[in-house]
This record gives sequence, C-alpha cells and structure tokens, in this order.
Amino acid sequence: MSTPPILELRNVRAGYGSIDVLHGVNLSIGRGEVVALLGPNGAGKSTTIKVISGLLRPSAGHLIVAGRDVTGASASALARAGLCTIPEGRGIFPNLTVRENLLMATFSGHKMSDIEERTYARFPRLGERRTQLAGTMSGGEQQMLSLARALATDPAILLLDELSMGLAPLIVAELYAQVAAIAAEGVSVLVVEQFARTVLGVADTAVLLAHGTVRMAGKASEIGDDVLAGAYLGS
Amino acid sequence: MQELLTFTIIGLSTGAIYAVVASGLVVTYTTSGIFNLAHGATGMLSAFTYWQLRFDWDLPAPLALFITLFVLCPLFGIVTERFVMRGLQGTTEVVRLSVTVALFAFMIGLANWIWPNDASREAFLKFYEGNSISIGGFNVSWHRLITFGCAVVVAIILRIVLYKTRMGVAMRAVVDDRNLTELNGGRPDRVSMFAWGISASLAGLAGILLAGDQQLNIEPLVLLVINAYAAAIIGRLKSLPLTFLGAGLLGLLDAYYLMVSDESWFPQTAFGFSLSGVRSALPTIVLFIALLARPQSRLRVGTTKLREENRVPEWRTAIMGAVALVVVVVGISGMLTRSNTLLLLNGFTFAMVTLSLVPLTGYAGQMSLAPLTFAGLGAIAMSKLPGDGNLVTLVVAIAIVAIVGAIVALPALRLSGIYLALATAAFAVMVSKIVFNQRQTFQTGNITVPVLRIPFVTIDTPRARLILASVCFAILGLIVVAVRRSRLGRRLVALKDSPAAAATLGMSLTRTKLAAFAISAGIAACAGALAGDKVSPQQYEFTQSLPIVLLAVVGGVGSVAGALFGGLLLGGNSVLATIVPTVKNLTKIGPGTVGITLGRNPQGAAAQIGDSFRPLIEQPRLIAVSAAGAFGIWALDATDVISHWSFFVASVVWILAVSPNLPALTAAAPGRRVMAGAWLTVGLVIAAGVDWSTALDATGKRIILIIGLVALFGVGAQRVVENSPRVHSASPDLAGLDTNFSREDIELAEQKIGVVL
Repeated sequence: MSTPPILELRNVRAGYGSIDVLHGVNLSIGRGEVVALLGPNGAGKSTTIKVISGLLRPSAGHLIVAGRDVTGASASALARAGLCTIPEGRGIFPNLTVRENLLMATFSGHKMSDIEERTYARFPRLGERRTQLAGTMSGGEQQMLSLARALATDPAILLLDELSMGLAPLIVAELYAQVAAIAAEGVSVLVVEQFARTVLGVADTAVLLAHGTVRMAGKASEIGDDVLAGAYLGS
Repeated sequence: MQELLTFTIIGLSTGAIYAVVASGLVVTYTTSGIFNLAHGATGMLSAFTYWQLRFDWDLPAPLALFITLFVLCPLFGIVTERFVMRGLQGTTEVVRLSVTVALFAFMIGLANWIWPNDASREAFLKFYEGNSISIGGFNVSWHRLITFGCAVVVAIILRIVLYKTRMGVAMRAVVDDRNLTELNGGRPDRVSMFAWGISASLAGLAGILLAGDQQLNIEPLVLLVINAYAAAIIGRLKSLPLTFLGAGLLGLLDAYYLMVSDESWFPQTAFGFSLSGVRSALPTIVLFIALLARPQSRLRVGTTKLREENRVPEWRTAIMGAVALVVVVVGISGMLTRSNTLLLLNGFTFAMVTLSLVPLTGYAGQMSLAPLTFAGLGAIAMSKLPGDGNLVTLVVAIAIVAIVGAIVALPALRLSGIYLALATAAFAVMVSKIVFNQRQTFQTGNITVPVLRIPFVTIDTPRARLILASVCFAILGLIVVAVRRSRLGRRLVALKDSPAAAATLGMSLTRTKLAAFAISAGIAACAGALAGDKVSPQQYEFTQSLPIVLLAVVGGVGSVAGALFGGLLLGGNSVLATIVPTVKNLTKIGPGTVGITLGRNPQGAAAQIGDSFRPLIEQPRLIAVSAAGAFGIWALDATDVISHWSFFVASVVWILAVSPNLPALTAAAPGRRVMAGAWLTVGLVIAAGVDWSTALDATGKRIILIIGLVALFGVGAQRVVENSPRVHSASPDLAGLDTNFSREDIELAEQKIGVVL
C-alpha cells in the first residue's frame, strides 16, 4: 500500500485493573479498506475497539490516526475528529426520540438538517418515527438508527462492534448491505464480529485475534473454514 | 368562595417554590444519578448570600440577584460537580447519598459560621414589600405574583433547554449512556457541570423567594426544601411536568388544610391524640404515599464493580476488640473530668446508633435516614413501660421498637436505594411531627429515661454509666458480628450484592429485609433506652439523624469498628468544640468536610486504620506485647509517675504509632530494626517523659502535639522498615515469564492439569 494507513495500532497493551487483555496488538487499516476483526469470546475484540475509540487508555503502545499519534486522546475528541464508533449492543439512546438521537450526531460538526435529510432518505422508516422514543422501536430499527450516525456524518473511520447481536439473519444481511454502501463511499471500516461468515463477504482484509494477540492477518477471501475453526476451537 | 380563592393563591405560590426546588433536584438526579440531599442547603446558602449583598452591603436588587443566581450559584454547582460528585462514579448509592449529606452538613456549618444565629440582622424584605394588587377582591402581594411568575418562567426555560438545545439533549443522553455520549463527541463531564450549575441556580432562586416569605433562618429554609422531595418523587425524579403538577398539588393541599383546620367542625384530636402536628407533616405524608405508589423497581443484578468490600469479621478479633474496648474505657474513665465523661458517654450513645446501621446499611445495603427516630421510640418505651428501667423493661422496649421497625419496613419493602432512603426520611419527619409532640410521649418537651437497673450493681455516677455504655456497645457489637457470621448474615450480604441472584436462589427478600430493619430498629432502640437521662424530642429529629448516617459511612458502615469510630468521631467533634474554642467554627464544618472526601475512600476510615493493624492481629505474641505496653503506660499513670496528659499522649503514640509497626519491625533487617526501634523509643520517651499538663497550657495545643508525634514517629518508623517503595507487579499472567509460551508448553500444561480431552 502506497498511502500511509488511516489507522494503526502499534504494540498496544490494554486491560482492566491489573489484568491485561491485549498483549501487544498490531493492526493497520488502509484508507477505504474494510477490515474484519474476528476471534472467539474473550479474544480482546471489544477491548481493541474500546482502545481505538478512546474509551480505554492503552497501558503501552501507540494509537495512530492518519499518521498522528493520538494515544490517550479522549473519546469525544476522537469522535469530533471523524471517528465514528457504533458500540456493542445498540448504539442509541433509548430514552431520547429518534430526532434527538440524530441531534447528538451533530457533535461531529454536521448540520442537523443535513443529518436528518440523509438519514430519512436512506431509512424512510426512521423518518416516520422521528418523534418516537428510540428504545421503543424494534431491534432492527434501533440498529438502523445507530448506523444512521455513520451514514450521515461521513466519518473518516467507522468502527462497528457486533452489529448482528440479537438480530434476525435477514435484518443482519440488510444492515451489512448498508455497511457495504458506506464502505463504497470510501470510508475505512473496522468490523468486529463473532459470526465470521456474515462479515467476510463485506471485508477486504481479515484479522484474527486470539488471547489478546493477532494470530493471523490476510485477505478476507483467503480465510477458510479450517482457519476459523482452528482459531475459534483452539486446536 | 372568597376564602377559597385566597387560599388557592397562597397554595399556588407555595407550590411555585416547591416546583422550582424540585425541578433542580430532578435536573441533577437525571444527569448524574445523584439525589442531592444538600439541594435545600444550597438554597439556604444562596438566600444568605443574597441578603448579604442586598441588605447588608446595600447593592441594588437586580445586581445582587444577578451575582447570586447567575455567578455564585452556578459557580458553586460547577465546583461541587467537579471536586465532589465526579469522584463518586462506581460507588454505591449509600456512599453517594452520604456525600450529599456531608455537603448538607458542610453548608449548614458554613452558614452558622459566617452568619451566626444569634446575631441581629437587617430584615430580609420581600420583593416590592408592601405592594399588592387586588384579584377578585383579594389583595395579592407582588412577591407572591413574582414567585408564581418565576415558576412559570423556570418551567418554560427548562423545557426549552432540555428538549430544544443540544446541551439539554446531551444532558438527557448522558443518563442513558455515558460512554455512547462520548462516542458521539459529547463531553459528559461538561454536561454534568452544566446540570449542577443550573440546579444550584434553581435552588438559589427558591431559597431567595422562600426567605422573603418566611424568615431568614437556616433550619426552616433547609427543611421546607425537604417538602419539595414529594414533588420530585411525584415526577418520578425524571418528568418535569409531573414534578410541577406535584408541587402545585402539594402547595394547594397545604393551603386548604390550613383553611379547613380553622373550622369549628374540624377535629383537633383523634383517639386522644393531638392533630396539631399533621399540617407540618403533610408534605412528608404525601412523599410517603407517592413513594409507595411507585411502580415496583426491577431487581438489580449484582455487579462486581463496587469499590467497597468488607471482610467477614473473625470471632477472635471481635472478642478481643470487645474486651479491649471495655478494659480501655474502665482504665481511662477514672481520669476524665465529669464533663468529658459525659461527652464520651454521648459518643458511645452515638456509636450505638451508628451500629444500628451496620446490619441494615452495611450488610444489607438498605439505606435508612431514620436511625435516631427508632432511638427516640426506644427512649419513650423505656420511660413509659413499667419496671422503672430494669433489664426486663429494656428487653421489652427493644422488642417493641424492633416490631415497629419491621412494621414500618413492610410498606417500604418494595422500595430500594434512594426511594427507600426517602421513605425512611418521610417516616422520621412524620414521627417527630406527629408522635413526638403528643402529651402521651414527650408531654412537657422532656422526659427522663431511667438508668438501667442491673441486679447487684448500682449505676449512679457518670463514670458507671460510661462503663455501662461501653459494655452495652461491646455486647451489641458482638451480636452484630454473630448476625454477620450466621445464615441470616449471609442473606443480608446477598441482598446487597445481588437481589436478583438472591431471589432466583429462592431466598425471601421480604423476610430478609424485615429482619434487617427489625435488628436495626432494635439496636437503635437500645441506644435510646440506655440514655439514662433527660431527653428532648429535638434530639431525635430527622436533621439530627443525617450526621449519624454520614459518620457511620465515614467510619465504615460495613464493620462494627467503623460504627464505633464514626460514633466517637461525632461525639469527639463536640468535645473538640468545647475544649478548643479557636477551632469551634472549624468543627461546625468538620463532619461535612470529612464526608466530602468519601468519594476517594468509600470503605470508610475504620477500614483503613484497621488495615494497618491487620498484620498485628495475626500474631498473638505481638498483641500481648502491645497490650502489655499499654498496661505499663497506664500503670505509670495509676502510680502517679506521669500525669494524666502524659499518659494520654504516650498511650496514643503507643497505640497508633508503635503497635501497627511491630510486625514490620520484627520482620525487618537487623540494621533497620534497630534504627526504627530507636526512633520509636525516642518518640515514646518524649511522649511519656515530658509533663504535658504543665508544658503546654491549652488542650488544643496538646491535641495538635499528639497528631504531630503520631505522624512523625509512626510514619517515620514505617518508612524505615519498609526500605523500598512498593514494586508494581506486572500482569499476573505475565509474572515471571520472559518468553512467550510455545504451543508445546501449552499442550504440556493442559495435560498436567487435565483439561485435554
């Protein structure tokens, strides 16, 4: 790759209290690249996302965005700089209305009218429910709302943590179609998934995480069932 | 009809003040999850500040208002958030509530200090005093209209801020998900500061309006705000429209009650009891009902993130502690003056009341703000029951109050956390307004609680009462330890750790909570029944309970030692105020200041001190050395070799500086052992050798000296024996490894521990 990566983790160690979860993770995402972060339970996927998004400060190593060392920057500063994170579970505020949820996306510097316009154009169902409390919508609609933030604020990097959690396969497929559309606009995406098959179709590169270190990184199309099984089952 | 209109207007303007106060409570609760018991005190302080600017320094009213409401109040709120409340994330509700109690105590102390109660002051005037307009034939003062107008304006502004501005939406977003707010680019810390700033201004506005209506006195200003809790609860602590509605209803209810209670047909007594206190208890009755009408809260699932943890007390430690306590009290009680004996006695009474919170709050995690109410009931029972204070009377009194405690807990069972705390607060106010002012309880304002009569022993001197109190505390402490170590104790802790898990195991939450309340009420009743003196209802009021709760948490509500520490600290604070007049004002804000630091050390002070003694307790030989040393110092005093003050200084140095260092001293390298030993000996010789009763002329100086000696020699010796700073250990899964495991290593390890199929 000729251009420098948009996001890079160099030898990152991080954990909770005295327990380390990540033991030196190296990872890089090129501009416009879609990277799938795979791994079994407890591999450190969500911790990696927390480090990148700024919610968790690494105990060692560096977080580099667009060539600048931003280790230790706050989550809100990173978010305003163009990093969009959709956290595990539902990335919405259940007790705010759909519209108020979108208002929260204006911290990225975009105008509310633009955000609303783009969201309702992409998800007409959210337009119908703009005054409804977000927490009272269906799981799929909630996940649409959280994706809307990524769609409407065209971030430099999008981090997705377990988008499929608790959703019907049909809706998951629909959501990943949206992810593909976002990626097609040139956004660099890091997708975390436990269900590897759902995401490998969208991703260019796959990174396999186990026990807090990167086990394998390569083209998504080259990751076969045997590799996945090996990583997940530990044989 | 005319009269109805009059009282409607009065009621609405009272309601308007409640609304402003309650909306401030709601704003901070929804944004930071902290129910600010000090909210009323903020209003009080703001009213005083406004008085200072407007009437004492003669600033024009708009300027004084602007400085108070838009500069000082927001600043105060922001500082509170930044330096006090922010440290409370991840602590239990008990600690959070206690910190607001601390703030409450701090502000009342501060107001007492700056604006002493007895000083004569310029009158606090209403806005446009003397002006009124006629509405429907009734003269309404401008002040009332302004009050009402303020509430309307506040309602509109809050509505706009919270729902139309991004800051307001972010305030509500933080409640939903703090991390997600950050991921959106919002700054939760700033949002919270903003919320606390608004809230302080609202409290300030209400305080100023109220002070015009009432008088500029600390107590009524603080207490009237407690009435607004009911409005906030009607709004379920989150809905502002419902809060305003509740406030209006509350104001009207009060006004109409006032209207009809003057009528001839209105009963003045019921079943022989006077109804005179009902009006002032109305808001708390509404609060109680509103709490009970709340939908059942979901059972909380336990988390492991709580920062507090308490060990299970060992029998050996408990018994040793109990014996040591009594021995020490017997030893020193002979040297104390009569007034100091009474003060220490007072400290033990407080300690017994704080002890009542250990099983309830410390073990079971149920917050009660009414410990003194049960003590008051105990005192009444002891003096009214036949038997003139013999042991049977005591037991019956305790049993009756324990049953009352369980009965009171019954309706409150479905509540938890802050709602339970408020229900107990409502109960405390109701009892002191309605029960304690009856002819049948405190008929003349005072009753005499008989001294406990024990066969073959006469207890007639203060010293004997002090020893009795220490013995009773020791026995109650052992009972509490026994409870903790029993099946019931484990259930109490389970109730605190995870109600959901406890319920799914088939444990009856109801019975466990009832037991906790009954035990707690019983212990508090015992404290009241042992008062052995004249008592007045003011001693058992709700506002008196707050410092007790606070110091129980400061001392460490999870342990008996913590209760003793907290109780004695509360007693000692008043000791300090009487013997060192120069720090009198400091002692006013003392408990509050101590409590505010809780966020940093939620386990309480006793746990910290206890930790430094823990290595000692594990070595019986060293305990013997420690006890022998203390006895030796006492013997020197008893044989008049050294003065009382030298004894006091030396024994404190021995207990706090030498004893905790003994284990490290015996384990240290020989060279360091000699050095540290010599250093400690020098300290002891200075402490015991100088006759402090003549060397220093004031008790205050002696106390400062003691603190200095303990710090200098205790910490000094500790530094010497702990020769190296603590090493930060690496992550446990990396410790001692310089290479990564190979696959073969892992397979080998797995075979060894048998995890391979």
